Amino acid sequence: MFAKFMLPAAAAASLFSAQAFAQDLTGTLKKIKDTGTITLGHRESSVPFSYYDDKQQVIGYAMDLCSRIIDSVKRDLKLAKLEVKLNPVTSATRIPLMANGTVDLECGSTTNNLDRQKQVAFTITHFVTANRFVSKLSSKFKTVDDLKGKTIVSTSGTTNIKQITEINSQKNLGLNILTAKDHAEAFLMVETDRAAAFVMDDILLFSLVATSKSPKDYVISADALSVEPYGIMLRRDDPAFKKVVDAAMVAIYKSGAINAIYDKWFLKAIPPKGVNLNLPMSAAFKKVVVNPTDSGDPAAY
Amino acid sequence: MFANFDFDVIARSLRYLFFDGMTFTLILTALATAGGIVFGTMLALMRLSGFPLLAVPATGYVNLMRSVPLVLMIFWFYFLVPYIGQWLTGAERPIQVGYFTSSLVAFTLFEAAYFCEIMRAGIQSISRGQLAAAQALGMSYPQTMGYIVLPQAFRNMLPVLLTQTIILFQDTSLVYVLSITDFLGAASKVAQRDGRLVEMYLFAAVVYFVISFAASQGVRALSHRTAIIR
Amino acid sequence: MNYHWNWGIFWDISPDGAHSYLQTLLLGTTWTLATAFFAWCLALLFGSIIGVIRTTPNAWLVRLGNAYVELFRNIPLLVQMFLWYFVLPEVVPQAIGTWLKQQPNASFYTAVVALGFYTSARVAEQVRAGILSLAQGQRLAALALGLTLPQAYGFVLLPMAYRIMLPPLTSELLNIIKNSSVALTIGLMELTARARSMQEFSFQVFEAFTAATVIYIVINIAVTFAMRALERRTAVSGFIGASPAAAH
Repeated sequence: MFAKFMLPAAAAASLFSAQAFAQDLTGTLKKIKDTGTITLGHRESSVPFSYYDDKQQVIGYAMDLCSRIIDSVKRDLKLAKLEVKLNPVTSATRIPLMANGTVDLECGSTTNNLDRQKQVAFTITHFVTANRFVSKLSSKFKTVDDLKGKTIVSTSGTTNIKQITEINSQKNLGLNILTAKDHAEAFLMVETDRAAAFVMDDILLFSLVATSKSPKDYVISADALSVEPYGIMLRRDDPAFKKVVDAAMVAIYKSGAINAIYDKWFLKAIPPKGVNLNLPMSAAFKKVVVNPTDSGDPAAY
Repeated sequence: MFANFDFDVIARSLRYLFFDGMTFTLILTALATAGGIVFGTMLALMRLSGFPLLAVPATGYVNLMRSVPLVLMIFWFYFLVPYIGQWLTGAERPIQVGYFTSSLVAFTLFEAAYFCEIMRAGIQSISRGQLAAAQALGMSYPQTMGYIVLPQAFRNMLPVLLTQTIILFQDTSLVYVLSITDFLGAASKVAQRDGRLVEMYLFAAVVYFVISFAASQGVRALSHRTAIIR
Repeated sequence: MNYHWNWGIFWDISPDGAHSYLQTLLLGTTWTLATAFFAWCLALLFGSIIGVIRTTPNAWLVRLGNAYVELFRNIPLLVQMFLWYFVLPEVVPQAIGTWLKQQPNASFYTAVVALGFYTSARVAEQVRAGILSLAQGQRLAALALGLTLPQAYGFVLLPMAYRIMLPPLTSELLNIIKNSSVALTIGLMELTARARSMQEFSFQVFEAFTAATVIYIVINIAVTFAMRALERRTAVSGFIGASPAAAH
């Protein structure tokens, strides 16, 4: 399956949307117009996508993208004022909270996959990562097989924990899998030797290590367990809202604005500790920028 | 033993801990207590009404809430409240409910079961003679309850109600599971961000202890003062 | 309600490849019961000791007992779990801390200890109240008969007190089962945690929580019935005619 959302469609969609909304708004757009508010779901420790800085404000790459999406929504709906509410979500709560209307957009590090598309929708992919694990350098773990019989941790509600659970039973590794509420808590389990390894998307592991007390003590596994495209999450069966959001994302990519936003979070010092992740755009993500896609199929990347 | 600990992290985050975290905790405690007592009293009156149509659902509700862990109920309500709202208002999609409202609803409905049992005991502690006397004076049922029974029941049970409030205050820390910034949530966010678990969790424990201990001593003093001499 | 119900989900295989979702919930139930059982033993033991020393004539022991109860009663259970799990291994000598952390099933042991101590303070209150509810004459009579203080407690006061305390102890037992769910915050895969994880994997939120709720209710009813039966068998009718030997 290849990119099902290509540029001409997007351009047409944005043209179409700008006119069509004036009359019959439905779904999330109607709600936003009626209430004058939009609610963003955000994470607490998905560095650098969505996390708390040292002033306890929510910041991040996905938050910046969302604020641009909100600007387009505001413009499209011709609203003078659009109040933005923030609602914290965890990996475990984000999908039910999207389904039950608590949040309108989830701006974080959520993997877009076909399984989840049965529950929620995703806009254009904003990052491509892979499932790996981090462990202490001193424990010398190279591959998943080295973890045999060990206690490992992952964040509840993620694709990563699902995958390691499956691998555990396929390879008969006898892993003791702990679940943590959020990434910081999971990383802490490794830091305090509660768990031998933390299985998670490599970008999040990379950021956690970089911002940890002693980054040189940790190593991220080389072999990737999977490819994980991240998308900003929306409610399912709301094509009108998805069109606006998709169009906003495509505009960010096509105008080149993405470069500045990307650089700000991945190639410059970021709060709270002024660490520079120093991660240039991957080839897979560059492809997405050129040909924006919302595919949930890892083969598309 | 605390040589490599950094207790300065507490000083640096005091404002956040108390201004954001503790405020949330205290407001949630206060509103859930008020709501819980009101709803709990209604449940108690239903259970004692003698009408099966009222008593059975109320009893079922109380038993249900008392059989299930609060953590599970917090999850239930966080996901369910918007659908309940949709059902109540007849909206076409789930109504949007913020995390504060959701947790307030969860705590109010959960604690109401416990407040109900307290109020029930309080109402039962009033002698039947008083009911008969009120009836003889020509008072209606609402008047009897409102002017005679409930004020005394409330007064008799005040120490127990306040003790339950202290438990509720401690229970609000469970909103941690939803990543909400209550006092413990704030402490754990700072703890995880700065890698200062020991300092922050000890501090949180001390703060909860001081507040709960002071409050329970206050309740003890009060129960001596309000005790009715019979 | 635009929610896709799927009650057949319980028979689907969970991501662990070996168990259906229903089986994972039952697995969680055994962890819940095991945690509650061991914590309850701990709570009864410590609660009895502390409860007893709070009724002794020694003022210092009473103060110690009071301090114990206040300490464990005035800190939220969740915070106590964190103290045992995250803080304790860091403040003991490093070798012990590392050993603690590398125990398999560390969250289970931690949960048992945290829950046991937390509940022991509440049990201590019940034990104290139970002993104080006995007529002062019993203690005096026992001492006058030449029993030592420990003998008076062991043969006269406690056997009576426990039987009077059974109803409040039942509700503490029910509480400990429910409170074991707090251990999901330190990674214990008990019933509530299993329901949450089933929800995450299958997206069937309400089915998962309904199942957990039903299981909790069943446990609650079973425990209540068992304890009622026990209460009937050990009932002290008007305190008179109870033979202390029967408590053994």
